[in-house]
Amino acid sequence: MSLEQFKNRNVGTQNYVKLDLDHTPTSGWCQFKQVVKRTFKPELFVGLWVTLREMINALFRGKMHTTQYPFEKLPISPRYRAIHDMLRLLESGHYRCIGCGLCEKICISNCITMETRYDENQRKEVSEYTINFGRCIFCGYCAEVCPELAIVHGQRYETASEQRASFSLFEDMLTPIDQLNLQQEYQGFGAVSPNADENIKKTPLAY
Amino acid sequence: METATMLPEVTAAGVIIKAVLILAVIAAIAGFGTYIERKVLAFMQRRLGPQHVGPFGLLQLAADGIKLFTKEDIIPQHANKIIFAVAPVITAATAFIALAAVPVFPDFTIPLLDIYVPSIASDVNVGILFVLGMMAAGLYGPLLAGMAQANKWGIIGSARTAIQFLSYEVVTGLSILAPIMMVGSLSFVDFNNYQADGTWIVVYQPVAFVLFLIAGYAETNRTPFDLLEHEAEIVSGYVTEYSGMRWGLFFIGEYANMITIGVIASIVFLGGYNDFWIFPGWLMIIAKIAFSFFFMLWVRAAWPHIRPDQLMWLCWKVLMPLAVVNVVITGIVMMIVG
Repeated sequence: MSLEQFKNRNVGTQNYVKLDLDHTPTSGWCQFKQVVKRTFKPELFVGLWVTLREMINALFRGKMHTTQYPFEKLPISPRYRAIHDMLRLLESGHYRCIGCGLCEKICISNCITMETRYDENQRKEVSEYTINFGRCIFCGYCAEVCPELAIVHGQRYETASEQRASFSLFEDMLTPIDQLNLQQEYQGFGAVSPNADENIKKTPLAY
Repeated sequence: METATMLPEVTAAGVIIKAVLILAVIAAIAGFGTYIERKVLAFMQRRLGPQHVGPFGLLQLAADGIKLFTKEDIIPQHANKIIFAVAPVITAATAFIALAAVPVFPDFTIPLLDIYVPSIASDVNVGILFVLGMMAAGLYGPLLAGMAQANKWGIIGSARTAIQFLSYEVVTGLSILAPIMMVGSLSFVDFNNYQADGTWIVVYQPVAFVLFLIAGYAETNRTPFDLLEHEAEIVSGYVTEYSGMRWGLFFIGEYANMITIGVIASIVFLGGYNDFWIFPGWLMIIAKIAFSFFFMLWVRAAWPHIRPDQLMWLCWKVLMPLAVVNVVITGIVMMIVG
């Protein structure tokens, strides 16, 4: 949808369907007319036609509405705050986390625990990093505060598991090194979903 | 009856084979009907319906059957146990008994054994009365079931059964009276032979046909009139406390009744099992019954159901006068035309 189309707020000339509602009958004659009209208007057959049309649409025109969920998934918004991902640097493959501890500090439900130490090069190294997903409220502060874009929210929203531990360790959240080329950069909290253009609808304005 | 003498003699073996055939085929179709219903309703709502068990979900039937058979048979503590146990049998049994006097498939002779299997298990000469009476008796199932189960939804369900019973029965009788007057017989075979020239009775009696369809939907508890088990209002009405195979019997009965109504409508109004153009009679009757069945599902997808008081209003104040007027006009026309 172009901007020009979007700014056109003339509802009457667009795709809105206006309901053609009659006034409530006031006199006996009006009531009689309404009864006659409704008797001879084949409204029941309109209903039959609508259902048959939807059946034809579904079967022959590929407008079946079902998403077969475990096999098909709808795209989710990039703003969606699901299980965290720890990203790697694209050049070296090293994890981005510098162990500054800001995410641990800002976490309002105290679910991030990290321990750091100096490695042999006197660089900060993360020795322990866990997120307790029993406590996490997925507020997104950790991702927002991270100066290195190391901790971000991923797209894994199916969080049923036998053990909480299968999500919460640093290695589980870290991008696998062999899938580094597939690593998605986090688009940030203001990002729009990929199908935002299709979902956008104009609001009719009365003026 | 010149034609009757030319047919082979109907033996007991033929009748028994026919009865077993009806029981097996209709019970299977009744089960299959639930699958068809779920599929058609799903398509009309742009859903997929059952599809994971077997090809196209066809084995969903078997899965449901296994579930029904293995479910615990619960009889509520304060229920009247005998009536509670008997009520589903009434529904299922009367539905099949009604099919005894209905021509379901064309007659044939088993080649090697030389047993003639008639198209009707028992060709009683008051077939229509027998079938309608049996289907009406079938409503004792819901009535007794609702009252026996010591459940308020059941009681409301059986009260609504009584209302329904009182409403549609008079319309069924009066609407089918006009074709009976034209044919001058109560036997389905005579109805079929009357339309052998290719002119269906629905051409002469469109009003009676519509009235009969409406009353038939009320008789089989199909959707515009499914008020005795409407989920949104009274949980499940008369089947609230039923589980397992007893519940299944109610549904086999309901689907068998749907087929019976389809058969009656096809034979009395839509030309029966006569040949039509290049299509043989057996194909025509199956097509008509199938369309009638599909139409019931279609109506269920399209139309909302009505309140009990609206049903009584419709049946007594609209349909019954129409049916009476139709009978009177039919009589006058028959008197004038001869």
